[in-house]
Amino acid sequence: MTDNGEQTAYTEGPKAPAGGDRETLLEITGLSKSFGTVHANRDISLRVDRGEIVALLGENGAGKSTLVKQIFGLITPDAGTISIKGDATKIKDPKDAIRRGIGMVHQHFQLVPVMTVAENMMLGHETVKGGVLDLDGARQMVRELSTKHKLSVDPDAEIEDLPVGTQQRVEILKALSRKVDLLILDEPTAVLTPQETDELLGVMKELAAGGTSIVFITHKLREVLAAADRCYVLRQGQVVGGVDDLTSTTTSDLASMMVGRDVVLRVDKAEATPGDTVLSIKGLQVRDDRGLPAVDGFDLDVRAGEIVGLAGVEGNGQRELVESIAGMRPSIGGTVSLAGEDITRSNARDTNNAGVGHVPEDREKHGIVGGYSIADNLVLNRYDEEPFAHGFRRDFGAVREHAVELREEFDIRSPDVEAPAGSLSGGNKQKVVVAREMSAKPQLLMAAQPTRGVDVGSIEFIHRRIVEARDAGAAVLLVSAELDEILSLSDRIAVIHGGKVVAEVAGKDADRTEIGRLMAGDSDHH
Amino acid sequence: MADPDRPPGKDAPAPAADPAPVDTTKAAPVVAERGAAPPPTGVLGFLVRHQAIVVPIIAVVLAFVIGAILIRAQGFNPTYAYQRLFTRSFLTHDGLLATMQKTTPLILVGLAVAIPLKVGLFNIGGQGQLMAGGIGAAWVAYALRDLPGPLLVIVAIVVGVLLGAMWASIAALLKTTRGVHEVISTIMLNSIAVGLIDWLINGGPLADKGQPFPTSHSVPEGARLTPLGILPWGLPVALILAVLVAWMLKRTTLGFELQTVGRNKFAAGYAGISTTKSTLIAMAISGGLAGLAGVFELLQIDPYRYQNGIAGSLGFDGITIALLARGNPLGTIPAAILVGAMRAGAPSLQFELGIRPEIVDVLLAITLLMVSLPVIAKWIFRRHATKQTQLAGSWGA
Repeated sequence: MTDNGEQTAYTEGPKAPAGGDRETLLEITGLSKSFGTVHANRDISLRVDRGEIVALLGENGAGKSTLVKQIFGLITPDAGTISIKGDATKIKDPKDAIRRGIGMVHQHFQLVPVMTVAENMMLGHETVKGGVLDLDGARQMVRELSTKHKLSVDPDAEIEDLPVGTQQRVEILKALSRKVDLLILDEPTAVLTPQETDELLGVMKELAAGGTSIVFITHKLREVLAAADRCYVLRQGQVVGGVDDLTSTTTSDLASMMVGRDVVLRVDKAEATPGDTVLSIKGLQVRDDRGLPAVDGFDLDVRAGEIVGLAGVEGNGQRELVESIAGMRPSIGGTVSLAGEDITRSNARDTNNAGVGHVPEDREKHGIVGGYSIADNLVLNRYDEEPFAHGFRRDFGAVREHAVELREEFDIRSPDVEAPAGSLSGGNKQKVVVAREMSAKPQLLMAAQPTRGVDVGSIEFIHRRIVEARDAGAAVLLVSAELDEILSLSDRIAVIHGGKVVAEVAGKDADRTEIGRLMAGDSDHH
Repeated sequence: MADPDRPPGKDAPAPAADPAPVDTTKAAPVVAERGAAPPPTGVLGFLVRHQAIVVPIIAVVLAFVIGAILIRAQGFNPTYAYQRLFTRSFLTHDGLLATMQKTTPLILVGLAVAIPLKVGLFNIGGQGQLMAGGIGAAWVAYALRDLPGPLLVIVAIVVGVLLGAMWASIAALLKTTRGVHEVISTIMLNSIAVGLIDWLINGGPLADKGQPFPTSHSVPEGARLTPLGILPWGLPVALILAVLVAWMLKRTTLGFELQTVGRNKFAAGYAGISTTKSTLIAMAISGGLAGLAGVFELLQIDPYRYQNGIAGSLGFDGITIALLARGNPLGTIPAAILVGAMRAGAPSLQFELGIRPEIVDVLLAITLLMVSLPVIAKWIFRRHATKQTQLAGSWGA
């Protein structure tokens, strides 16, 4: 990384051109894998040289994870070869892959939360000294690896006390401790804050400079441009394009390759015409799960017909704020009112009935019931209202009809509305949630991380819908950790830090750097 | 691939007759980023799709095979023993009546376990709830013995159901207010019920002191539900309730609430469905059903008294039944008939062959072990461990 300035987010600096004379570390030819009639991978060929960072870019369901799982020996290919350093013998299992110099950091970390970093590091290949575990040796190893790769980690910290970004470092160190030539990262930034993402991209570059090749999966275009030397674009199981020189590529080039059509990343929207105040929050105080103050004197108004983006580093009270407004978490002070009506103490159902639509941050946990059909999920909070029920009797005809309409309107890609929602891809699950919340025509639409883990096509769709809701007169509160999302959608931006609003700016005047600085809690210059 | 979201298998080529998996993938292949793997085709596919029926049948068959070995070890012919067992319970008048009389409470306690499973609760307290219902009915039958028979029956049922519901609600309240795990509290409530009732009928306020053994007073003749031929009064009631419970779970808003809590309590909270309310309702309904089982035990079975041992192990058999039915309310009917027949036929093993009747307990225990181990399902379908398997493999899913 050449320009290690204070504002390193998504640096698009020039990169060393991929050298043609470097050793080929991984070569895949004609790789295919089917599950039943689904071709997860078809005739995939790609190459990774030593010291290269290669991005695998693609929408949800494009086959990226299937591809890397085959490299790591988790899945056996149907056809084709995977050759590592010229050796094309079949990779039997992950152990075999590790032996041959491949390391993988899974999207969901494989760490034991109650153990220390050093203990986790030695897990699986414990060394014994004098009949007891050689913890000193493990600590020493952590320190050496940390120094060598500039990944600072305290060997005696317990995993559960560490932030997600640091846990990921431990995973990476763990992989590196086994002499890795090729490190595979499966959606490494999905769980990270913008700061942590920047740090990770920096770490990746350091590792590559030291000779480790990296393959990383992502669907965030800017990360590709910021960190990768080359990228392969996957669509429907096939490599549909590759970019060898990323310096002359733009995010929209990559996006069109991914979805096969041009995607508008900047959202086209007319000037907002804000009306009366719909949501008014005054001095709100909410505690987090540990009982510590998370929202601490929060004030904000959102008017009809405007999108207010709440920008902030995750963990600054956004989750508690949204849950409290939605009636899922009690507040301990302050008031929330909706169109003049006090809803501070309303429960989730009453808040919903009062006209608050809520796209929850964690759709798998709160947003859908995976075992239920799409149709049932589309009435999850209205199952007992007309026309979906008459008294206590549910009306499946009405539920189905509603679902068929919404499936069409919100482009939910599924064979049937009776299919379990859990079988949908992330983007389609999110469309189910958005469809449910928007179809109720809420006065206030609260969207928390509405496009997290969602493919580009769905992001565009969801963004357009949010703007349409605004144009139809809804007040929209958008909470997102993606600054780009906030910048492209918001008419007004509020920055949250330490549980309170530290600044408010008009959307069109917003300056990326300035907001980034405010998000980091640096408001002294004001 | 024209449409990535097309359901796999819909236009699949005709499956080869050989269902043997070609691939020897170690990890269950979960299709990356898309969800469940396509369902397997062929014979195994059929078994996977119908595992709700296949797994219990395999469990029962395995239990009978192991039972046969045990009977053989005692020096008897297992085929003949099983033949006598079921001849007695289905082909003799007294045996068939006994089967039907056992089936009645078994359906009800089976439901009392199956409903909480839908909410994600494991009700081990069917026994205590049944006893509470039975003793309640015994008390009413004696205290209001001058009431006309039919009216007395109705009052006894109401009181028994309420007491059963109350007994289960104690566990529900402990859970919702103090976070006490329902398995612990219901087990303890079973023991409390045993001790309390023992005192009540053994010299306590409900004891019939004219009898040489601990017992309640006998139910007045007008309130006895003597069977109509081989049909005990309670059986149609239990059948109707099983259908009603199935309907409630599938077709009503209450059923939706209960199942939402059971499947994803966080989403339930988001949707404004109260976990507390659902827990209380499910446990109260279950306790009421178990209590009703106790009422029928008292009112429709000779000697029409509450004595020690009247409840037998009915409440615990309810767990076997609910798991054998895989949480399906209608499934409790065949499961209860099977268990009822085994219980009703057990004495014939002793009288006619001299085999210890405890063999039936062994059979039921093995069956319970088999159905409560989803591992077995995974073992059988190990190469096709799809998401559906995992879902259906859990209790009550």
